[in-house]
Amino acid sequence: MNVAKIREKVAFTILGLITLLVVIPILLTIFYVVKNGAGAVSWEFLTQPPRAGMKQGGIFPAIVGTILLIIGTMLFSLPLGILSAIYLVEYAKDNLFTRLIKLSVVNLSGIPSIVYGLFGFTLFVVILRFGTSILAGSLTLAIMSLPVIITATKEALESVPFSFREISLSLGASRWQTIRYCVLPYAIPGILTGTVLSLSRAAGETAPILFTVAAFYLPRLPHSIFDQVMALPYHLYVISTQVPNMPMKLSFATGLVLIGLVFLMNLVSIILRAHYRKKKLW
Amino acid sequence: MVAEVVIKTVDLHCSFGSTAAMRDLNLDIYKNEILGIIGPANSGKTTFLRALNRLNYLSASYSQTGDIIFEGKNIKQITDRLLRKKIGIIFALPQVLPVSIFHNIAYGPKVHGLTKKNNAAAIVEKSLKKAYLWDEVKDRLDLPANRLSGGQQQRLCIARTLAVEPDVILYDEPCSGLDPISTAKVEDTMQELKKDYTQILVTNNTKQAARVTQRCGFFLMGELVEIEETETLFTKPKDKRTDDYITGRFG
Repeated sequence: MNVAKIREKVAFTILGLITLLVVIPILLTIFYVVKNGAGAVSWEFLTQPPRAGMKQGGIFPAIVGTILLIIGTMLFSLPLGILSAIYLVEYAKDNLFTRLIKLSVVNLSGIPSIVYGLFGFTLFVVILRFGTSILAGSLTLAIMSLPVIITATKEALESVPFSFREISLSLGASRWQTIRYCVLPYAIPGILTGTVLSLSRAAGETAPILFTVAAFYLPRLPHSIFDQVMALPYHLYVISTQVPNMPMKLSFATGLVLIGLVFLMNLVSIILRAHYRKKKLW
Repeated sequence: MVAEVVIKTVDLHCSFGSTAAMRDLNLDIYKNEILGIIGPANSGKTTFLRALNRLNYLSASYSQTGDIIFEGKNIKQITDRLLRKKIGIIFALPQVLPVSIFHNIAYGPKVHGLTKKNNAAAIVEKSLKKAYLWDEVKDRLDLPANRLSGGQQQRLCIARTLAVEPDVILYDEPCSGLDPISTAKVEDTMQELKKDYTQILVTNNTKQAARVTQRCGFFLMGELVEIEETETLFTKPKDKRTDDYITGRFG
């Protein structure tokens, strides 16, 4: 074996080990949470409200709350995000104004989530008088999710070969028909990836819901979008820091349920993606 | 015989940004002819072709002065939608949509609402027959279009253009990526289409222009140097630059 080959082998081994290093923390976290929490996850835990100062019973209202928040966030952020990305990529001319918008979108994703929380509190809870509610929380989370959804959608649209648009337009199709039939179908896998990524983040955020929706303890289910709800990440924060003598396994079990929920969302997106990828024939 | 003019360009001037791609072009295109356009790279051949159905405007930096008269009407008064339906284009490399043969062809009629009146299957069959591809693909219309050979794909593109019932077909170096046999098939198809369509063929291949076209123009650096009956252009060119290009002294 010559020197170049040996060098290559060494380099690949080092790269491989570094990649492994990235995976280890993820696997350890999951392993640790499962090990400590799995014992406490039971049917009762998943379907009952908390009792006895949250030390007994389950986390059902928090699960429902988080699911409602994800749905609410999705309802606001998906149409807004995808439509603005379509506008930016397919319609907008390249000028100072659109460049400013694009720059803002990129920078928005760098804003700390607690700032979104404060913003949501001021705008939705106080000024628009939605109160501490599912509506205010969903809107706040939606705004936080927008940059990632827009960026992912933009990239997905841009990765569709220009020739598809050219073919369609050259046959006399309108811009919208071109987008609808020759661009969007091929961008969906990328859009899904970005959307689920950003919704997963929204599902796990504590700061934006802290002042806008989350209830400390509310064993009943919400009646309207103007109700407060419990939510998994906030509940986890509460039982881990605010309740004395809390059994650790309940915290880990709550974390495990949250991870499970996010994992489930990812699974759905993987299945959808695989379905749409079959159409990718270029 | 006085032939009917289908397209007329008047002082057509095209630029991308500050670069002029086509200068002061005055050209008549007659009904049912195959007009050839030859010339070296960057001579404005493609720009000319894409000006006719306003595809140049897909680049933001494009601007144009002068007029193009199509069937007696200034194309400024015709919508993109109608203009591009009437003037179809075949691109240099076969460009198929990543769907089946059937849907590639049915796409155009669908966006124009033609499939409501007529059966899509009938349109697809008719178009494929006109492009002489029907016999090769009739049993596998559900096959992804990009599984076909390059030559078949290019004839599929012709069929796709025919499906929206154009009057004029533009070819932008349609055989540049094809082998000689596929090229011959595309050329045969063009000859057959002559009776119903006006065709403009931009080509880098002077031999192809000599084989296929009746009239031929020579473009150089955005200018039409001369336009003649094909035979005259290739045997007795008036301009020395044309002679140099045809005989391979440059380009």
